[in-house]
Amino acid sequence: MSRAEAGGPLLEVEGVSVRFGALIALNRVSLGVAREEVVAIIGPNGAGKTTLLNAISGFYHPYEGRIAFAGRDRTHLRPPDVAALGIARTFQNVALFRGMSVLDNIMTGRLLKMRGSFLLEALYWGPARRQELEHRAAVERIIDFLEIQGIRKTPAGRLPYGLQKRVELARALAAEPTLLLLDEPMAGMNVEEKEDMCRFILDVNQEFGTTIVLIEHDMGVVMDISDRVVVLDYGRKIADAPPAEIRSDRAVLDAYLGVAHES
Amino acid sequence: MVDVVYAVLVAPFKDMAGSPAFLVEVLIGGVFAGLMYSLVALGFVLIFKASGVFNFAQGVMVLFAALTLVGLLERGVPVVLALALTTAVMVALAFAIERFVLRPLVNQEHIILFMATIGLNFFLEGFGEMLWGANVKKLDIGIPDRSFVVRGVQINELELTAAVTAALLVTLLAMFFQKTRIGRALRAVADDHEAALSIGIPLKTIWVVVWSVAGVVAIVAGLMWGAKSGVQFSLSLIALKALPVLILGGFESVPGAIVGGLIIGIGEKVGEVYWGPLVGGAIENWFAYVLALAFLLARPQGLFGEKIIERV
Amino acid sequence: MGRLEVIYREAGQFKATYASDQAIFPIVQDRVVVVAIAVVAFVVPPLVAGEYWLQAILIPFLIYTLAAIGLNLLTGYAGQLSLGTGGFMAVGAYSAFKLTTAFPQLSIVVVFLLSGLVAAVIGLGFGIPSLRIKGFYLAVATLAAQFFLIWLFNKVAWFTNYASSGTITAPHRTLLGVTVTGPNASAAARYVMALAFVAVFALVAKNLVRGRIGRSWMAIRDRDIAAEIIGVRPLRTKLLAFGISSFYCGVAGAELVFLYLGSAETLAFDINQSFLVLFMVIIGGLGSILGSWLGAAFILMLPILLTNLPHAVGLTMSVALQKQIELMVFGGLILFFLIVEPHGLARLWQIGKEKLRLWPFPH
Ligand SMILES: Nc1ncnc2c1ncn2[C@@H]1O[C@H](COP(=O)(O)OP(=O)(O)OP(=O)(O)O)[C@@H](O)[C@H]1O
Ligand SMILES: [Mg+2]
Repeated sequence: MSRAEAGGPLLEVEGVSVRFGALIALNRVSLGVAREEVVAIIGPNGAGKTTLLNAISGFYHPYEGRIAFAGRDRTHLRPPDVAALGIARTFQNVALFRGMSVLDNIMTGRLLKMRGSFLLEALYWGPARRQELEHRAAVERIIDFLEIQGIRKTPAGRLPYGLQKRVELARALAAEPTLLLLDEPMAGMNVEEKEDMCRFILDVNQEFGTTIVLIEHDMGVVMDISDRVVVLDYGRKIADAPPAEIRSDRAVLDAYLGVAHES
Repeated sequence: MVDVVYAVLVAPFKDMAGSPAFLVEVLIGGVFAGLMYSLVALGFVLIFKASGVFNFAQGVMVLFAALTLVGLLERGVPVVLALALTTAVMVALAFAIERFVLRPLVNQEHIILFMATIGLNFFLEGFGEMLWGANVKKLDIGIPDRSFVVRGVQINELELTAAVTAALLVTLLAMFFQKTRIGRALRAVADDHEAALSIGIPLKTIWVVVWSVAGVVAIVAGLMWGAKSGVQFSLSLIALKALPVLILGGFESVPGAIVGGLIIGIGEKVGEVYWGPLVGGAIENWFAYVLALAFLLARPQGLFGEKIIERV
Repeated sequence: MGRLEVIYREAGQFKATYASDQAIFPIVQDRVVVVAIAVVAFVVPPLVAGEYWLQAILIPFLIYTLAAIGLNLLTGYAGQLSLGTGGFMAVGAYSAFKLTTAFPQLSIVVVFLLSGLVAAVIGLGFGIPSLRIKGFYLAVATLAAQFFLIWLFNKVAWFTNYASSGTITAPHRTLLGVTVTGPNASAAARYVMALAFVAVFALVAKNLVRGRIGRSWMAIRDRDIAAEIIGVRPLRTKLLAFGISSFYCGVAGAELVFLYLGSAETLAFDINQSFLVLFMVIIGGLGSILGSWLGAAFILMLPILLTNLPHAVGLTMSVALQKQIELMVFGGLILFFLIVEPHGLARLWQIGKEKLRLWPFPH
């Protein structure tokens, strides 16, 4: 409770609609996320969860509604500008740079923190070299934090799926974001990997005070780690409440849990 | 300034109006060249639709087919038999390509496959010339290269035959896709590999079939072009011209390939004859590419392609 | 224990600092070897190698390496396929000719660098479509550059200073009192000049690709969407790749005429040139600076080998047959590399080195 009050909502989504041709993927969805909150988005397949993250991160632009971050309207920003505001994310189908080493993937995550000076970089000299080493040290801390020391030099494309998801989280963290968007960070993982991932997410939230919005299908996980759960169905928001209440919400049971149990 | 505007915007049209018969001849020349581009582009589209492979070697397949045909004819093989044998060679080539190029590269990125076809391109060029020799050869298939005059317009019999053949081929292909089981499967593959598998036709077969069909299209193209200009290396360069054609028509559209080819062919000829002299000529070399480039910037999905929002 | 293992071993050299881990050659032996090679390369061939070796093999090798590095930055690192290399090289060559004939006092080094800049500007122009179009579509845009530029240099007599032959010829220029271009320039002088350029620019390329800029390029190449949300601006990043790549190609084009051919027509820069450099990059290794060296060496040596090999074993081969076999070997090798080792010669080299390191205890 006390978290939500600190300085107004960090992210405000107001009446946002996104359509693809005739398909309305998001229908007037509103949502507020407070600083340092962990919000889970759930809903059946095709409900529009990913589309919502995409709208927030600037890949799709809503045809109505507005999105504000830290009190400023940013409905029409492009992804790089969104990144510059301090929003980082991971993707449902892992989007690592497959040809680059794990280290380089995570270093790339720090891009916005680095200053560019072409000539110095071409010579790898002075400030350019120092900057590179400083960021390397920061990246090493993240590598330690996520316990992936052993795979530093491995090309990301060669890693098993579970580790790829972890590296993708590392890359997002490297940007030291205020808001972290995670699209099904635990999909396809075994129980052990899921537990690790949960721990990392909670640690990130608690240690760095990072606000987290995540999409997740595993209800156990959702109940465990989120402060609040938002439910989407056919592009509409049908519920928005703490986990305990969601469990007993009729509409949610009908729309989502029912479907999930059948399938 | 006024002179320039006049020379660019007025004079060419006055020339056209002044001698309509000549204009028609230029247009016919454009249509013929365009049909050649279309035929090569058609081969591209077939393969691209079914396997997602952008086959740079399509132009060399045309050359290879034409070289084989000429080679056989020169050795006294009767036309019909030579055609049948060439078809057999192209089918064998399709098998070989599936086995030695596509299968080992399955699931690789598109750009890798594209570069592989560049490799294939050079290999086939060397191989074809080694088998049949590299000299320019006249391909004589019994259609005379002479003209008759209708209302003051010269019409070339060979070009006419080519146009009719191309039209026929396109109709046949359309029917193949609509009516036959394998044709429908091919269309399914283009949309969704899984779906195609569930129809019960292995991907491997489908690939061999499309590459064979593309091979046959290459024979027709080689036949026409070879009869007109002789079989020679430059034949493989029309592959490059097919690229802008595809850009105009879209990579997955059969009618697009035809229309795109015609636009480029006609545009190139008309541009060369009426505007070329203003800048010293030879604009045929780049006209197609620059047109495609301009077009791309305005409409990246091509004339017939649908606008898609990239999925994230 | 084998002796090689003792000499060539990274165990025991603990990478204590990130600085040494980030170095181009993290292993001391590698660094020593590279410096030694560089010194030897500058000193030995000019003294020892004959005119034939310098002129027919080493000089073109250095020049094409520079072009291949340029294309590799664009295609191998930034993932933008270009078939316009020949065109950009031509821009460099013709700019160098115009500049040095208009300003004869201008140092030839400056002329080369400025020519690279002109090529970079033209490259930027043709790179603009890369924001909207990708992959094969972009290849067509670069073909437009290739054909249009060559046509332009052919048609506009100003570019050749109205020479009736339509050729551009490298005039006599000196550097530090030594004649380096023109008919009187010794092969040794031209060799050293070409080597200096490629050595410096290979180093610059390596620095770029191991830092911030290289990572943005590779990010765009591997997953443009993920790159964007990290803050990589696609247009800026791709344009930078186009600009720098064209700079390299432009300088290489200028060198091709000034340090190698002596005089040239547009034919020297036709579409085949674009393919040639592309092959060097593919066979050498996409995304590898070392690969550009290996690829250029391989592609240039191959025809020479094919010419001399049958001769050596007592076979005679017609020129046409040689040409055909060359094409087949080229094509076949490209297929072979893409299938067996998409990372090219550079990767094979690395594997070989690792084997050597573990020798005699392979896994
Ligand atoms: N770029 C696009 N073009 C067309 N339709 C799209 C696009 N992106 C998403 N859609 C459609 O929008 C709807 C919502 O998709 P979205 O990916 O947001 O669902 P989701 O809730 O994330 O589902 P899942 O649990 O399967 O990930 C779906 O019907 C999907 O097919
Ligand atoms: Mg989703």
